[in-house]
Amino acid sequence: MSRTWLVVTMVGAGTIAIKSIGPVLLGGRPLPDGVARVIELLAPALLGALVAVQTFGNGQALAVDERVLGVAVAAIAIWRKAPLLVVVILATVTTALARALL
Amino acid sequence: MAERTFRDGARAAGPLAVAVAGFGVSFGVIARAVGFGWLAPIVMSGTTFAGSAQFASVSVLRDGGTVAAAVAAALLLNARYAPIGISVAPYLTGSLWSRLVHAQLVVDESWAIAAEGKGRFSRSMLLGAGVVLYVSWVSGTAIGALVGSGIGDPSTFGLDAAFAALFLGLLVPLARDRRHVAAALLGAAIALALTPFTPAGVPIIAASAACLIGLKR
Repeated sequence: MSRTWLVVTMVGAGTIAIKSIGPVLLGGRPLPDGVARVIELLAPALLGALVAVQTFGNGQALAVDERVLGVAVAAIAIWRKAPLLVVVILATVTTALARALL
Repeated sequence: MAERTFRDGARAAGPLAVAVAGFGVSFGVIARAVGFGWLAPIVMSGTTFAGSAQFASVSVLRDGGTVAAAVAAALLLNARYAPIGISVAPYLTGSLWSRLVHAQLVVDESWAIAAEGKGRFSRSMLLGAGVVLYVSWVSGTAIGALVGSGIGDPSTFGLDAAFAALFLGLLVPLARDRRHVAAALLGAAIALALTPFTPAGVPIIAASAACLIGLKR
């Protein structure tokens, strides 16, 4: 098997296994109380991390670039209660404009 | 709150579908340029369905890395799907096979769209958003892999900022009390602090430890 197909097969099988652990083993059953209290905070914790890394991460480096403007405009739009579609479009257009003009 | 349906999930994923398809095109173009041919990128998007991990393994190979290093990089990035999968497990009802299939539709974006706060998730929103994003990702990849380098790099259009904006937009309604805000800020701080010192993927997994503040009463 070529290197390409080895990687495709192993990454695919590994990812399917990782994604399946919770739903296959615990599917449809409520989580124990202690676990539930922790899992409740998983969404804000991971989303906070994703926002930070997607805004400032550049491979293994941190960078302040045009994305920051896009996300800042998005933050204002979210604060003004704009629909998510508008928020995403504003961030994309702002970042693209900043890249073209700055 | 009214029961939210599969259609609501699909509609909520709409704004992202374009950005996801754009990144799918990028992935197809880059994987083809690295020597993946046209079929392997499409198969990879269909089975792995996790953009950052796929980009990571392709870039390791491009830089002359080993197969083991490419696989490790991708699986490290996807390790977050273990806790994420556990968080939605109570809501994925049905037979073993349907749970196995539905689990594959869980990606950051569909999971965040399905979050209803207080650790609750809407199964139909998750599946609706997941299907739309899956179709966008795989068809984007197919276009990129088949058409090849004739298309430019979508990140120049600013699509890379779309994900940060989306995650922020999904985070704000969930940050309803001090514990949730604290978890979000702590997660962000952990991820940024570790980014320069650890391989990609580790900062996000480590950030999930911020939810342990839930143990404090």
